[in-house]
Amino acid sequence: MPAQQIKTFELPNGLTLVVERMPEVRSAAFSLLIPAGNVYDPPGQEGCAAVLSDLITRGAGERDSKQLAFDLDNLGLQRNETVSSSHIGLGGATVADRLPEVLRIYADIVLRPVLPENQFDAARAGVEQALRSIEDEPRQKAMLELRRRCYPHPWGLPSDGSMEGLAQLTAQTVHEHYQQCFRPDASILGIAGNVDFDEIHHLVKECFNGWACRPEPVYETGECGPQTDHLEHDSTQTHIGVAYESVPYCDEWYYHAWAAANILGGGMSSRLFSEVREKRGLCYSVYASLSALRDQGRVLCYAGSTNDRAQETLDVLLSELQRLGEGISDEELDRCKAGAKSSLIMQQESSSSRASALARDWYYLGRVTTLDEVHQKVDRLTVPGILEYVEKHPAENFTVLTLGPHPLEVNHGVL
Amino acid sequence: MEFYSAVLDNGLQIVAERSPSAHSVAVGFFVRTGARDETAAVSGVSHFLEHMVFKGTERFTAEDVNRIFDEVGAKYNASTSEEVTLFYAAVLPEYLPRTFDLLAEILRPSLRTDDFDMEKKVILEEIGMYEDQPTFTAYEKLMQTHFAGHPLGQCILGTVESITDLSADQMRSYFNQRYQAGNITLAVAGNFDWSEILALAEEHCAAWPAGSPPRVVEEAQPQGGIEVITNSSSLQQHVMQMTPAPPSSHPDRFAAELLGVVVGDDGGSRMYWDLVDPGYAEMAEMSYNDYDGSGVYLTYCGCAPDETAENLERIQKIFADVNERGISEEELLQAKNKVSSRIVLRSERPMGRLGSLGSNWLYRGEYRSVEDDLKIVETMTTGDISRLLETYPLGQTTTAAVGPLESLNGVG
Repeated sequence: MPAQQIKTFELPNGLTLVVERMPEVRSAAFSLLIPAGNVYDPPGQEGCAAVLSDLITRGAGERDSKQLAFDLDNLGLQRNETVSSSHIGLGGATVADRLPEVLRIYADIVLRPVLPENQFDAARAGVEQALRSIEDEPRQKAMLELRRRCYPHPWGLPSDGSMEGLAQLTAQTVHEHYQQCFRPDASILGIAGNVDFDEIHHLVKECFNGWACRPEPVYETGECGPQTDHLEHDSTQTHIGVAYESVPYCDEWYYHAWAAANILGGGMSSRLFSEVREKRGLCYSVYASLSALRDQGRVLCYAGSTNDRAQETLDVLLSELQRLGEGISDEELDRCKAGAKSSLIMQQESSSSRASALARDWYYLGRVTTLDEVHQKVDRLTVPGILEYVEKHPAENFTVLTLGPHPLEVNHGVL
Repeated sequence: MEFYSAVLDNGLQIVAERSPSAHSVAVGFFVRTGARDETAAVSGVSHFLEHMVFKGTERFTAEDVNRIFDEVGAKYNASTSEEVTLFYAAVLPEYLPRTFDLLAEILRPSLRTDDFDMEKKVILEEIGMYEDQPTFTAYEKLMQTHFAGHPLGQCILGTVESITDLSADQMRSYFNQRYQAGNITLAVAGNFDWSEILALAEEHCAAWPAGSPPRVVEEAQPQGGIEVITNSSSLQQHVMQMTPAPPSSHPDRFAAELLGVVVGDDGGSRMYWDLVDPGYAEMAEMSYNDYDGSGVYLTYCGCAPDETAENLERIQKIFADVNERGISEEELLQAKNKVSSRIVLRSERPMGRLGSLGSNWLYRGEYRSVEDDLKIVETMTTGDISRLLETYPLGQTTTAAVGPLESLNGVG
């Protein structure tokens, strides 16, 4: 693995700064994770975090909405605002020498946002439109509804909330969400690119020192489910989502779990691709992937087939998931390792990928994992080890969600 | 970065851009063929053939092909457009020889009838999948209507009927005509040794039959029109519009690119401020798309059905204002800053360079470095934009809509 230069700093207010110096690139990127995700949406006002992530860039410090966008554009910043169950993420990338100015503006966005009340309706309308658009994308919709059912409440809720929640939402609630959740002590700032450690550390201290700590907000938790469900939709294909339990990122078995999911449904030589698509022609799109939150993990699978073939697809899919424990070949594991190695090395070509990996790792593990460390862990995986994992966490107790004109039969032997 | 080029005796073009500090190398075969080169009888054959290429050769079965790509840890795929079929892989430099061997080998596929029959089912599933996506349906309808009577109006996937009726023999004959060496460009970007590339190309591609099949290239003369597909299960109204813009070889294409950013970028553009920021539309974007001999400004607006007429009016107003007054110096500068930064960021990965390396060669027979692109963006003036608008004004010539509405009002 290429050598990495990484340093971590903690500001007096608790903000964690993780920096990777990449002297071979011209760019620099940042990823700021703020613990203000949609699990903190007040019950009955789901969509709060999503509206906040829109409002947050509608003016900050001395700048109004237009001036802010104009200045960031002129700095060539390719930016994004995201909402996950745990975080609101603010991130971006540009040419390295412009990063200091960008960070100064982001300090305004995070510490001194205007959150203009007269633009609350517009921001909310934008989120409502996004929710309606998902209804027009049945593949996406199916996976969103699968997450809702396979994770305990509120961890599986869609980040854009619900139409009912948005209707009840007020500007006041959004403001409170900001007040309670935007806190430095649980926030993480990852920076990667052609930067100098001391300069960045100094700059971030100067910009974010005034950010005051606040107590951790609480949220209510509930159950998963229902375990099998069908949503009626007038579509050409039936879209199938299947989930079952796995382990989170911090678990000692995580890499085994990752390899198992990869062998099942990662690449074009994976079990699912080969059995469902190549041998039977049942699908265009079929996959399995490991979805890991901090404290829990699931394997999520998708397949979409025209309606009269969908039953066969579901049956083949479930039986392939269950067959994994019967045996894995050395070649399957070798392919898995080769894919991991090239992904890890290619990450080094992109400051954006590195910045988000730094912040994400810190959130999950409370430390940085080097590419070399990950590579060694993957390289040490063995077939017996993965089979041991599969035995501990077999594919069973499935959550199945279908979306299409007719429900499918879920073979109850497997539930 | 260093640039190299060569032509094999059979006409295969090779272009390569070396960046020794890259960790990976990207290789792509750009075949100058796509939906526009098909006859109605074989509609969808280019895309179906792209799938069949992965079904193996005399040496490799379909399973071998998928297996070997994964063994070398390749990030690989293929795509088919109206005019280019692309096969590519990015790998670590140590795996280049094995990857090259495989990628070149599969470009001479066996096209076995059994594989053909099985893959036909997958293609029909793919058509089904896209049918469930209103934005795709709208795009396809728009291309058909805007380019009616012109080869660019031919659809990429084909239809359930054309695919069902297609025979393996028809595909073999299309392959023999279109996959001749003179119709293919090999592009390589990243960390490699040029003499090794030449040797690999000689070894694996020199035996490909020579020849370069013709393509009819005439600038389209769109007549316009409005097509509405009513889909009651859809919640949003998805509207797409097109109007003529410079073709791919036109010197004004850079101006058109910048104009697209000013008017219809996903953030900070005229359409963003007038439609998305106030919450009137979920998305409202315009971009410049260029083709061999033709070009379009493509507009997309996704919004609640009852907002559609007003949104289309808002777009019309923006277009009229830009056509009449041009754009401001401030707007141009902002667009330049955005575009330059995108060029730099994209160029950091070999995969990001491969596309522009291959298409610059395929479309214009030219090499453009990152610095060349940055320089031309830098030198654009508002005068260039005004000159562009005189020849190719913004407009709403052709419209296609998918959603709950039965008709559109307010289309300009």
